[in-house]
Amino acid sequence: MNLEEYKGVYVFAQQVDNVINNIAFELVGKGKDLAEALGTEVTAVLVGSNVKGLADQLAEYGADKVIVVDDPELKEYRTEPYAHAIASVINKYKPEIFLVGATAIGRDLGPRVSARIHTGLTADCTQLEIGDFPLAPVPGKEQKHNQLLMTRPAFGGNTIATIACPDFRPQMATVRPGVMQKRERKPGVKANVEEFNPGFTPDHKYVEIMEVVKAVSNTVDIMDAKILVSGGRGMGSPENFKMLEDLAEVLDGQVSCSRAVVDAGWKPKDLQVGQTGKTVRPNVYFAVGISGAIQHLAGMEESDIIVAINKDESAPIFDVADYGVVGDLNKIVPALTEKLRAELAKNQ
Amino acid sequence: MKVVVCIKQVPDTKGGVKFNPDGTLDRAAMMTIMNPDDKAGLEAALRLKDQYGAEVTVLTMGLPKAEDVLREAIAMGADKGVLVTDRVLGGADTWATSQTLAGALRNMEYDLIITGRQAIDGDTAQVGPQISEHLNIPVISYAQKLKIDGDYVIVERQYDDRYHVLKAKMPCLITALAELNEPRYMTPGGIFDACKAEITVWGRADLKDVEDSNLGLKGSPTQIAKASDKVRKGAGEKVNLDPAESVDYIVNKLKEKHVI
Repeated sequence: MNLEEYKGVYVFAQQVDNVINNIAFELVGKGKDLAEALGTEVTAVLVGSNVKGLADQLAEYGADKVIVVDDPELKEYRTEPYAHAIASVINKYKPEIFLVGATAIGRDLGPRVSARIHTGLTADCTQLEIGDFPLAPVPGKEQKHNQLLMTRPAFGGNTIATIACPDFRPQMATVRPGVMQKRERKPGVKANVEEFNPGFTPDHKYVEIMEVVKAVSNTVDIMDAKILVSGGRGMGSPENFKMLEDLAEVLDGQVSCSRAVVDAGWKPKDLQVGQTGKTVRPNVYFAVGISGAIQHLAGMEESDIIVAINKDESAPIFDVADYGVVGDLNKIVPALTEKLRAELAKNQ
Repeated sequence: MKVVVCIKQVPDTKGGVKFNPDGTLDRAAMMTIMNPDDKAGLEAALRLKDQYGAEVTVLTMGLPKAEDVLREAIAMGADKGVLVTDRVLGGADTWATSQTLAGALRNMEYDLIITGRQAIDGDTAQVGPQISEHLNIPVISYAQKLKIDGDYVIVERQYDDRYHVLKAKMPCLITALAELNEPRYMTPGGIFDACKAEITVWGRADLKDVEDSNLGLKGSPTQIAKASDKVRKGAGEKVNLDPAESVDYIVNKLKEKHVI
């Protein structure tokens, strides 16, 4: 493998039902930072059926170029045709970095592609930067420059590791949604589009989709919320979440929850914050009746302001809270909602 | 029908992790368990055994003591256990691990391979799909339900806001979510069987069609630049007031920060 041949930062622009997922814009944003550090460009790879019209959105968020792989076989996500599309793009264009969102799609696509083209893949990264590997010179070992340094939590968020892929290309990573920043959107920017179709011939690896069942949900994605009111096991019952809904409504926020609440069947999985749920960073995160298991903290500790309400003063949530209130949530939350309602009415 | 379930012995991260003075993980001081997603995969296989008389083999790669996790699986009802262990396989990343397991699987008969979606120590979710690629068979990740229909497997594949019902011709690889089922307990008879069971132990020489350059630390494309204990943001203020004062406290802080 001639590593010098591999140039440019590429990102997988995930779309579902021909709507580009936010992670695509986040990857374009991060890809742009990396490309600038390397003196190169960021290319988004858009895969689907009738998706060419979406390419400009990627340009508006900073993509220098968009490669479109458009084929009827790619209408719904399936591992094999998508892996074929991405592996073909990599073999033809030879990027030095390829980023994929660590979504339920990307965490299936990424490993299949990396295994096909024989390179390393670092999972669920929360930080990416360009630097030297090894980090400091080691006698007898070549220190390589301009390497992608990929940082990720492991052991349930207890440790953090920085990984490099010095001898294979592209350097591949899946990136946790909600962690990287999008660039500011520049409306009206047109994409520099290149179409590419490697040909799709169904074989035994093409699985058949018998049915698509969409979850009925009219809630806003908690990853987009500016204010989250999150409840844990300490809420005591699903009915008590009404208190949190009232508080969220007054602040124009959303309700989310901890894993214990999902496991108990009180709330659906798409509202779960944490290592096995979603990573959120709202302006304000209210943790109500949440003890703060390390897996939960991993999903919310980057929030700008954390307010915790818990009756157990030794709860680990207080270790990350900016404002911790020890007390009975059943008394505090309704009173807080009323007080905020009155304060906000005054402002109008 | 033959089912191979890939399982992993992992440190129980729920109890927190312990470190050696040099900052590396003190695995010896931590309890080990069968990885939860793998256990759900095993339960799915055992249900195929109950229903169709499937033969269930459990496969793991690890240190010699990983034999314990195979015996636990046999105590739950698995028929056979295969341990792949060899010094040259140590330090493997997901590429080298999947190469190793694929090398073992090439020596085994299977209609279905089941792995957990991800292990709680690494959380990568990569090894299952990578094995399927090396063996050139279809993969269905994130299975929340599965059934057999003749030569086909029908799986509910979970996504963020939906699921797909997928049909794949066997042989096929499935990665199991913990939601798939509630794993059974070991039985007294099973524990008895597990104690006498012969565990097959394979080393490097038993792996089929795998190059040395794809194994162990040397065959791993990814390399660790540094690893450390997670540094957390420090605690802020903590107050213990009566409810009305607590409310005033929060409202004042939100005002200070211009949230309201």
